[in-house]
Amino acid sequence: MAMTNTVSGSGTISSNAMLRIPCPHCGLRDYSEFRYAGDATKSRPGLESTDAREWHDFVFLFDNPKGAHREYWQHVQGCRQWIVLERDTATNRVGSAALARDRGHV
Amino acid sequence: MKALRLPAGGRIDRSRPLSFKLEGRELTGVSGDSLASALLANGIQVVGRSFKYHRPRGVLASGIQEPNALLTIGTGGRRTPNLAATTVELADGLVCERQNGWPNVDWDLGSILGLFSRFISAGFYYKTFMGPTRGAWMFYERWIRRTAGLGKATHEPDPDRYETQHHHVDVLVVGAGPAGMAAAVAAGRAGARVLLVDQDSALGGSLLNSAVGSTDDHGLRQLTAQLAGLPDVAIRVRTTVFGLYDGETVGMVERREHAEVLQGSAREVLHVVRARHIVYATGALEQPLVFGNNDRPGVMLAESVRVYLNRYGIRLGEKIVVVTMQDSAWRTAMELAEAGASVTLVDGRESVDAHWLERARQCNVSVRLNALPEQAIGSPWVSALQIQSRRDGQRERLACDLVAMSGGWMPTIQLTTHTGIRSVFDPALGVHVCGNLPANQSVVGAMTGRPLGSLVEAHRIGEQAARLCGAVGEAGESTTVAFHSAPLMVSQSGHPISTHPKAFIDLQSDVTVADLDLSLEDGFESAEHLKRYSALGMATDQGKSSHYNGLRILAARRGMALDVLGTTTHRPPFTPVTVGALAGRSTGLHFRPTRRTPLHHWHLQHGAHMIEAGLWLRPWYYEWAGREVGTAYIEEMRHVRRAVGISDVSSLGKIEIVGPDTGKFLDRIYVNNFSSLTVGKARYGVMLNDDGTVLDDGTTSRFGPHRYFMTTTTAQAGEVMSWIEFLLQTAWRDLNVHAVSVTDRWAGFSIAGPLSRQVLAKAFPQADVSGEKLPHMGVLETDWHGTPIRIARLSFSGELAYEIYVPADSGVAMWTHLLEVGAFADIRPYGLEALASLRIEKGHVAGIELDHRNTLDDLGLGKMASRVKPYVGQALSQRTDLKAADRWSLIGLELIEPAGKLRGGAILFAADDPIQGHGRGYITSVTWSTVHERLIALALYQGGLSHQGEEVVCAFPLRGEQVRARIVSPMFYDPSGERLHA
Repeated sequence: MAMTNTVSGSGTISSNAMLRIPCPHCGLRDYSEFRYAGDATKSRPGLESTDAREWHDFVFLFDNPKGAHREYWQHVQGCRQWIVLERDTATNRVGSAALARDRGHV
Repeated sequence: MKALRLPAGGRIDRSRPLSFKLEGRELTGVSGDSLASALLANGIQVVGRSFKYHRPRGVLASGIQEPNALLTIGTGGRRTPNLAATTVELADGLVCERQNGWPNVDWDLGSILGLFSRFISAGFYYKTFMGPTRGAWMFYERWIRRTAGLGKATHEPDPDRYETQHHHVDVLVVGAGPAGMAAAVAAGRAGARVLLVDQDSALGGSLLNSAVGSTDDHGLRQLTAQLAGLPDVAIRVRTTVFGLYDGETVGMVERREHAEVLQGSAREVLHVVRARHIVYATGALEQPLVFGNNDRPGVMLAESVRVYLNRYGIRLGEKIVVVTMQDSAWRTAMELAEAGASVTLVDGRESVDAHWLERARQCNVSVRLNALPEQAIGSPWVSALQIQSRRDGQRERLACDLVAMSGGWMPTIQLTTHTGIRSVFDPALGVHVCGNLPANQSVVGAMTGRPLGSLVEAHRIGEQAARLCGAVGEAGESTTVAFHSAPLMVSQSGHPISTHPKAFIDLQSDVTVADLDLSLEDGFESAEHLKRYSALGMATDQGKSSHYNGLRILAARRGMALDVLGTTTHRPPFTPVTVGALAGRSTGLHFRPTRRTPLHHWHLQHGAHMIEAGLWLRPWYYEWAGREVGTAYIEEMRHVRRAVGISDVSSLGKIEIVGPDTGKFLDRIYVNNFSSLTVGKARYGVMLNDDGTVLDDGTTSRFGPHRYFMTTTTAQAGEVMSWIEFLLQTAWRDLNVHAVSVTDRWAGFSIAGPLSRQVLAKAFPQADVSGEKLPHMGVLETDWHGTPIRIARLSFSGELAYEIYVPADSGVAMWTHLLEVGAFADIRPYGLEALASLRIEKGHVAGIELDHRNTLDDLGLGKMASRVKPYVGQALSQRTDLKAADRWSLIGLELIEPAGKLRGGAILFAADDPIQGHGRGYITSVTWSTVHERLIALALYQGGLSHQGEEVVCAFPLRGEQVRARIVSPMFYDPSGERLHA
């Protein structure tokens, strides 16, 4: 099934919304094969960093945005890859998914 | 009210009688009856008592909006309460009872509550039992639970089976009335894969309400024949779409017929459907009128009276008043008159279409225009309707035994709002219609709020849906049959609102106009507040016969337009869904997966008692050591300490890690140094979470320059694997390392005890397992008849001990081999209880102490942390509070009073503390020490071992116990490690 079956019209909801995640390796899969793993918008401090404030902000402080968001999901029942998924937290519309390893952030 | 089963007509089979029981009374219906139609045909008028006031109630409707006829059906494990009799197909042998009446619904003492109704009006619970008088709740709850309520569920296990199925379709058509059928025909002809579903037992929707042989019936036959010729249109009846979820995922429940179930079919099937396009054709539901005593048995919905006539062949009432605001009830009136009833028609409008007046004259139906119902008269059932002229205010009493009312029709839009698309009020149509749907959802038929007329539009939309899914076939022309066409709703603005104290808006929650007014008076003005304060629309019918009238009257009272007022939110399920259907096969043992080690069956065959450890089933203790765990594990411990034992540790997490940067990787993930680990050696390591608390412990062995083998605790195996994958795939892509879980690939055994080396030497004569070649923390690879073997000299018990890993499919052979060659040393298997107890004696922490709240220092592992390299969790582990001296940290406890018991979870207090609150710590693990011959424990205690030697009180309030214990080192056994280095 085409994953790009995006609908024009009102444009508020696309047909490839939540519950199915387009795994870059395995294709469109039910979300129950994945494990949700939190905010993917933050950058992890370097291992050498001993700055407690920097680590504190990374580990404990999260925004809770309404709307566009990037999240980590791991395809635990499939290819085991960590995926960065774009999801709209208000509509549950799913955007693109990329392998975390292919992204530039740390 | 007289109910007459007509000699002919209807969609029933009079030649197939079905017998059923109501509260022990034998009754008879016919094939094709609903339970409600069968009860009515048997003259049962009172079908239940109302929720709050215990007023007698009769059948109101003929379908899912029924608020009154809720019955308990079935016996034993199949007993199901609160089923609407109007939606239950009669089956031979069905057993049912009415609810909420004591001693019975015909003579219910609870109805005396009606006399006190002003004390139990809207907000009654809040006012009486919250705030300062809350204590009263405790007192009254029992009584209220019994009086106000629905049926009682069974406590017996459900004997039936429930299934789950998944489907992918192009076009899902919800509702098989004329519009839905037409859309399915068009989409199917165009070449789409179509699924057409309906909650009823037959196709046709509203067409089933019309007489066999009528124009509607003709149309139904045409549409049915057209569908039959389309192989790609799948049809499911008795299937309710109860929820729409993200991604066009649709939840539906199919109910199988009772006879089928008795022959082994599933009782219900949960269908999870992913549709590329959804066509809603869910029709509309007729709404009641609000007037005094409109809840009397004998006051029914007009279209439902028509359904009982045309579908079930039952003419209800001899002298009937039809009271309405719109056209559809006129058809009912004419058909009832033609069936021989004496009919008076009351319409609130000043004028109606001339052809209706002509029909009324022909059918001898007496008509009152511009008149409104004031109140029903008669008790317990209706004997007259009092109406009032709007022109001159004149009142008139119309004697009758049935009132057939119609307040118009509400489009059934609930499903369209489930994903958050709000409905909108259409002032021209006078109803809420569905909001702005995405292009892959469409609406046909009465659900649009517009009269049906022809099927051209439904056909076009069905074809369009197929086109959006890429179908290119010819859809042809639509059916040409013309259907009844009338507006669904007529505005009642300007009509006076009933001032009668018992004018019901919500029959199931017993909410009257007076209750609504009281809510307003108390300040609960919005639709959402009104709902919660008065319970309007909150019952099992979810307001299907009350939602519209509630909003309409609220808007009128507040002088607002309905589109300004807003509406409450509809959420799944559309109609009640059994938990059985949702659970499917995920019950009992299948509730979650069970993991078994490769030796599972060996254990069962050799007297093991198994225990759940997470998802795993592991041997708990073996019968050779005793019949009860309490004595057996002690015997197993003794055997390990004096001879040798073997234990199945296959559930440990095992991770194969390879690559030139593995040493560097391990340095980062463990707190201690691993890059210095040489080939042939293992090292104990601890990992932290990012926040500085301990994540897990385990060992990693190095079998080659680039080959490592990590073990984790059973509990954290999945967590650690995901964590490693995360770090390697994101933060540490600079490392040339690959990690893969091999937990299920290897069976693992622990061989422990002073004779373990001798057993190993006999088992693997080709390998040198001497103390020099294989010292403590040494590892080696060998083979046994070609099977690779990994041996690591590691000890969890404090004894000389080894871990042996073999490929899972050789697990039983190797285990048996070790037992055979070990016979000279009397090697015996030991279970999880002894394994865990041995480690407590040795002072090793395990899963229960590694609860993600403790630091290295808390667990006495602080010395392991490297000071020369960075590692995960290092920065935050240095936080001041995590370094505080009074943190709860690991201690050992020795019981002082021989008669007492140490218990896991006991709260610790200093000797002179008052015994209250959270104390200074708690016991994590308890065992009998075979070395000290007393109960010992590991515990976390404020200030930890700085209090060594002091006495504490271990309180266990659940049993009212307090015992004294002494704080000691957690290393109860061989603190210098002579035995494990032997």
